[in-house]
Amino acid sequence: MMRRLLPHPILTLVLAVVWLLLVNEFNAGQVVLGLLLGWAIPLFTLHFWPERVVIRRPFTLLRFIAVVLADIVIANFIVAGRILLGPGHVTPAFVTVPLDLRSELAVSLLANTICLTPGTVSAELSADRRHLLVHALNTTDPEGLVQTIKQRYEAPLKEVFEP
Amino acid sequence: MDYLLSFLIVTGAAFTFIGSLGLARLKDFYTRLHGPTKATTLGVGCVLIASAVYFSFQEHGVSLHEVLVTLFLFITAPVSAHLLSKAALHLKLHSLAARADEARTDAPD
Amino acid sequence: MIETALYIGFTLVGLAVALAFWRLLRGPDAPDRILALDTLYVNTIALLVLFGIHLGNNIYFEAALLIALMGFVGTVALCKYLLRGDIIE
Repeated sequence: MMRRLLPHPILTLVLAVVWLLLVNEFNAGQVVLGLLLGWAIPLFTLHFWPERVVIRRPFTLLRFIAVVLADIVIANFIVAGRILLGPGHVTPAFVTVPLDLRSELAVSLLANTICLTPGTVSAELSADRRHLLVHALNTTDPEGLVQTIKQRYEAPLKEVFEP
Repeated sequence: MDYLLSFLIVTGAAFTFIGSLGLARLKDFYTRLHGPTKATTLGVGCVLIASAVYFSFQEHGVSLHEVLVTLFLFITAPVSAHLLSKAALHLKLHSLAARADEARTDAPD
Repeated sequence: MIETALYIGFTLVGLAVALAFWRLLRGPDAPDRILALDTLYVNTIALLVLFGIHLGNNIYFEAALLIALMGFVGTVALCKYLLRGDIIE
């Protein structure tokens, strides 16, 4: 019953918060309206959300977000430095990262994280979802890069989104 | 407060500029992709946060809706980058990186 | 203080727009041009937000949000076109 009425509780909360940010007001009326929208929209778009998201370890997720935010800033300074030094100072490379993740959400989150952090862009997911092709702006140690991605980003995602 | 705002604005604008500089200056498509996706996104994020802080202090009440644009950009920039590099691989664009051709073989069409 | 920072910001973002525009004209390939358009709209958001601070007017935010939404959809549609030769499947 609960599942029928409220199929995606996290989505409901996110939609309510987005609504509050959009109207840029915080009062009881808008909170109720936001929660109402957050309840109605997932019901009407039920077919687009096949799997129910379950967050297993919220604290690991929070720590992961903090690590990623810090890495974004650091990565930006590195990329900015490389760009200012000029085209002669980059050694680009394609790297294939084998994936342990299975859930679609976790794989997309990993691909997005890789795009925003350490000087890499995820280029292509292989058809069987087992390998992610990554382009690195400046790397002399592809093996080390793969290890860093796996330990720093993939491990916490696996812990949070997969049993 | 003024110092923080000025710092955020100048840093943000500088990162935006560096991102576009990378777009104009680097040699092949895949390296060009890095500038706009990372530096420009962070730059615009800085400018938007500056705007949020400015309007929160000017008017009576918190103005947080800039956070929405920032979040949206941080979610969409990697998706665009991924799609663009996928399109570039599909068109077999010239790359400075050695492994591009080898990597093409196991990628789906 | 803020005014000076804003003028520096306008100059830098304006230069960024010019560079993106140069890449848009120069090419050499279709993905380069799409990337330039993508950068162009993100730069425009920065420019609009700076202009909003300059005028002390919050209304420019709405325009920035709309540009962000439409720009993303545009980029995705163009990429899809390159990948499949067709937008609506």
